[in-house]
Amino acid sequence: MAVLHSAPKFASNEGVIDAISETISVWLIEASEAHGEVIFRVARDGVDQVLRILRDDHQYQQLMEIAGVDYPARPERFEVVYMLQSLTKNHRVMVKCSASEDTPVPTVTTLWPNAGWLEREVFDLFGVTFAGNPDLRRILTDYGFEGHPFRKDFPMTGYTELRYSEEEKRVVYEPVELAQEMRSFDFLSPWEGARYVLPGDEKAPPRPEGEARK
Amino acid sequence: MSMTREESLTTSGEVISNYTINFGPQHPAAHGVLRMVMELDGEVIERIDPHVGLLHRGTEKLIEHKTYLQALPYFDRLDYCSPLAMEHSYVLAIEKLLNLEVPIRAQYLRVLFAELTRICNHMLNIGAHVMDVGAMTPNLWVFELREDCLNFFERASGARMHSAWFRPGGVHQDVPEKLLVDIGDWLETRLPRLFGDAMSLVMDNRIFKQRNVDIAVVSRDDAVAWGFSGPMLRAAGVPWDLRKSQPYDVYDRMEFDIPVGTNSDCYDRFMVRVKEVYESAKIIKQCLRDMPGGPIASTDGKVSPPKRAEMKQSMESLIHHFKLYTEGFHVPAGEVYVATESPKGEFGVYLVSDGTNKPYRCKIRPTAFSHLQAMDFMSRGHMLPDATAILGAIDVVFGECDR
Repeated sequence: MAVLHSAPKFASNEGVIDAISETISVWLIEASEAHGEVIFRVARDGVDQVLRILRDDHQYQQLMEIAGVDYPARPERFEVVYMLQSLTKNHRVMVKCSASEDTPVPTVTTLWPNAGWLEREVFDLFGVTFAGNPDLRRILTDYGFEGHPFRKDFPMTGYTELRYSEEEKRVVYEPVELAQEMRSFDFLSPWEGARYVLPGDEKAPPRPEGEARK
Repeated sequence: MSMTREESLTTSGEVISNYTINFGPQHPAAHGVLRMVMELDGEVIERIDPHVGLLHRGTEKLIEHKTYLQALPYFDRLDYCSPLAMEHSYVLAIEKLLNLEVPIRAQYLRVLFAELTRICNHMLNIGAHVMDVGAMTPNLWVFELREDCLNFFERASGARMHSAWFRPGGVHQDVPEKLLVDIGDWLETRLPRLFGDAMSLVMDNRIFKQRNVDIAVVSRDDAVAWGFSGPMLRAAGVPWDLRKSQPYDVYDRMEFDIPVGTNSDCYDRFMVRVKEVYESAKIIKQCLRDMPGGPIASTDGKVSPPKRAEMKQSMESLIHHFKLYTEGFHVPAGEVYVATESPKGEFGVYLVSDGTNKPYRCKIRPTAFSHLQAMDFMSRGHMLPDATAILGAIDVVFGECDR
């Protein structure tokens, strides 16, 4: 497909998948290229090894970001995505692994010092734990916050709200009370994206999970 | 109060206790709401534990509940000192997923205003930095220039700060011809005069140098390992600029230099920003010179809305308008990470689409996260008042750091 967009252009992806796959084949589950991004899905236990190889043998010197994503339908619901950048090759790759609440991901604070906060953030917002991270405290949410707000099953309104109480002369936490019910409109056209079954559609074969209706 | 008793460096063998102080959360030099728990030995910083997240608004969660277009204004509110640079990453991420062509005039307009945003951001940071270390006058002068920039934004988009002017497929509306002329004049007259004047007070100032030179020196390797980007990385002598190395929009047509530092201290970081202002001015001049006419938004009616007059005339436009402002456009399933050179460094958006009209996940990579994390190792062994200089040279804004 011809590139029409004007998003950042880095070095070509050609041959990158082959060159890297060879060296991380032990842990590699799937390597793919889509939308101009190279993504390696690897086994959770080998994440630190894979990233070490990418850093030391493939010149991906910088860890720019660690992102968590929640897919509640999957057996291991979370995905942890590492964005690497090479300053010398002018290239970016993503490495991802899956995790659940009780399967810790090996830490990469041993490889990059800035992984500490990035892992703390994923832990705070999704509840993924990182084995070996020496300082896995919450980072973005309030002191004493409970729950992991970026999970898909955490309501957008949250559970508690706070206000300054004139009687008690301090900030008090209370359960959320909405004056008006939270409104979420479904604007998806029933012809191309609705998730519910339209009358008559039950006769058609079910479409695969996560795939949008065309 | 922590009460570790130990041998002190500063009291020649006498045993004193370290003490812990709170810097912030409300402190004028914290550039927002930052709480730093500092462990001090006398006036020497031994350890800093920055507590961030006091401005956490759950932007990424909110974006998941909005259509792609409705989510755009949230980006203005991330780094509220350089709003258009935030939008830039987001619209480019959407366009990358859609593989959408942007008309060349729109690309020029975006680059022009992204650079104007850079000047605007640096005016604030440079001013705040010199004020943090004790100078008052330059800040007042550069704020005049910042005011000019904000007026330009207002004339282009109708809003001084939260413009929401970059849209997927181009920009929201074309700029008046007079605005481009005025920006050109401003670059020729007011900017160099006022900015040069203000900087002449600071650059060789003895007090300013004493407060900044050799403060928080970070080696090249450390800067790379800590995930530094932008002026923080360039001050360490790494000539790395995403506008140059991974060009987006029409940056590959622009001629400009990348200023780099040699000592990697707070003074270098400051000077890199000062030089960048002149480079940005150079880019804007090239934009003004080369900008062609033509459409300012994608001609794909499924993504960018029709003109109002057209909507009143044509049935198809009316349908497009209705669909775009209720359902929004659908983005093909997939994931991209798009990073642009914001004034503060690499600002990235990791966008996961499931093929519907709302982002499945939108992870924002703030520049400040990696920089602020290094605060502890950068300030270790420095004096307490140096912390404000270090913080000023990081250029941190909490709207973006805490999201």
